[in-house]
Amino acid sequence: MDFELSDDHELLRRTVREFAEAEVAPVAAELDRTKAFPYEIVAKLGRLGLMGIPFPEQDGGGGGDTLAYALAVEQLARVDSSVAITLCAHTSLGTQPIHLFGNEQQRREWMPRLCSGEILGAFGLTEPEAGSDAANTKTRARADGDAWVVDGAKQFITNAGTDISGVVTITALTGEGEISNLLVANGTPGYAQGEPYRKMGWNASDTRPLTFDGCRVPAANLLGPRGDGLRQFLHVLAIGRIGVAAMGLGLAQGAFDEALAYAKQRRAFGREIASFQAIQIKLADMATEIEAARLLVYRAALLKDGGRDFALAAAQAKLKTGRLAVRCAEEAVQVHGGYGYIEEYPVCRMYRDAKILTIGEGTDEIQQIVIARALSA
Amino acid sequence: MKICVLVKEVPDAAVEKRINPSTGRMDRGGERNLNPYDTHAIEAAMQVKEGGAVDVEEIIAVTMGPSTAVRALHKAVSLGADRSVHLSDDALAGSDVVATGYALAKVLERESPDLVLLGQQSDDGECYTIGAVVADYLRMPSLTQVIKMDVTPGSLRCERQAEYGYDTVEIELPAVISVGDAINEPRYPSLKAIMGAKKKPLDAVGIGDVGLEADRVGEAGSKVVCGDFKAPPQKAAGEIIEDEDTNETVEKIIAWLDERKLLA
Repeated sequence: MDFELSDDHELLRRTVREFAEAEVAPVAAELDRTKAFPYEIVAKLGRLGLMGIPFPEQDGGGGGDTLAYALAVEQLARVDSSVAITLCAHTSLGTQPIHLFGNEQQRREWMPRLCSGEILGAFGLTEPEAGSDAANTKTRARADGDAWVVDGAKQFITNAGTDISGVVTITALTGEGEISNLLVANGTPGYAQGEPYRKMGWNASDTRPLTFDGCRVPAANLLGPRGDGLRQFLHVLAIGRIGVAAMGLGLAQGAFDEALAYAKQRRAFGREIASFQAIQIKLADMATEIEAARLLVYRAALLKDGGRDFALAAAQAKLKTGRLAVRCAEEAVQVHGGYGYIEEYPVCRMYRDAKILTIGEGTDEIQQIVIARALSA
Repeated sequence: MKICVLVKEVPDAAVEKRINPSTGRMDRGGERNLNPYDTHAIEAAMQVKEGGAVDVEEIIAVTMGPSTAVRALHKAVSLGADRSVHLSDDALAGSDVVATGYALAKVLERESPDLVLLGQQSDDGECYTIGAVVADYLRMPSLTQVIKMDVTPGSLRCERQAEYGYDTVEIELPAVISVGDAINEPRYPSLKAIMGAKKKPLDAVGIGDVGLEADRVGEAGSKVVCGDFKAPPQKAAGEIIEDEDTNETVEKIIAWLDERKLLA
């Protein structure tokens, strides 16, 4: 067993860490406050080749592996979750389905622009009545000549409504009990993006409801075989869990780093508060849990990269890190005392950003079901 | 034109630096990184190459250090250097500035560069001197704290940051130039560059390969003797003047400054 990152991975980790600290950290609070999408940062991430890390170079991707992707997401989330989820949703949910299930023409049409960050990809799965119960999709696609006519609505969709959003993969009923995935380009008549939600956190990321009203999509936009939608999106979500787990890990680490720095600088009763056991216990617990979670996340990534079954490890990593992010953010606020409740300190934003990690891309309860099934319980 | 960039692996900026009292050397445990000042030197080399005023055939990153220093070289080539040279030998451990300068100069002699660039200081030792020492061994002109560089075939016009303002100096090549962090904004390596870094040639050499005399390097070849180390004295607590009546406050501040002969 080797717990050392390879030189490539270590250099990538360091590069994204430096990028996040220099380019993201100084603007994160303002982007959050003004709920402004980080266009400039996304463009820079694109130029560095980070908007398509795990996809093949011949498709315009970075040729990296899942571990490289997880490391990058972790380092971004350590500083800002809005930027991290923008990259994460674009990669895991927006681009992955086209990479995995797209035919050559679809990949040629979309992959290079997605991987370069020129356009953003989105994944339209959740509906008002189909969240954890994603197979209960009500959106319908009716064959009409050489097109599919789509009617329905999606909600809580990331990256679909920005100025650079290019394509969304949606699940739709193409027959009785038959779910298929369809690619819908932004600008297609009948496809509209609603107003962004007023969220608790992830304020600088783009999240909206989508509507499809007699939206005609070319028949060639069917992704993979007709009726394969359920299998496809379960597979996409399984891989996606590694990315979201890296987000939880990064947020937990970021909250811990802020708490440690603050505890060493803040004085009370004539001493640094880091010298009090009450604070030390919090820091020691956080650091230990984070280290354990990191091994879980990296292991899930390594299993995937090794072509082995990663579903259990990924679900465990997702469950563990989401809860940990919530807990570490809370403890970090506690260490900051009253200042932790003030937006001038990043832990305040982290506290708001953390909660979605126990809900989005599969709730904790769904992860527990996945885990229990994998254990044949 | 051939450019060599001297780089160094240093403890990461976030690591608290301390001297190991038993060895008298800096404790280099913990996370390490390429010296941030050296990234400016690599960027300066890249800008000369991309500027097109002269034809740069090769940029070579050169380091002296233990096996872990390979990671600093990987970063250097990911930032644009074409290949790297790693001088590593147990006999080099404990080299002082003069011995290090001598060793690096011997590596550089093999390469015969037209221009040697380096960061003006290392983030650990902060000596600011290695460029001048290397230049002396190579019998090349040297400039330090350079924050602007215009290369023409055969010569180099530099602006250097001085205490009193800026010097504009023109020097002939080959030369050794140490650069300040105001010279440029280093780029980040792209994912492609990172993944390609290991494919670029890395030449690992020991002291025998570059004709180094063993008694002129390492602890034995160093003239610096580390004596006792003491932490810098604690600063005395400052005096706080409450601003109740501003006129009175100003008078108090002036009296305080005057007492210390700080007013002309």
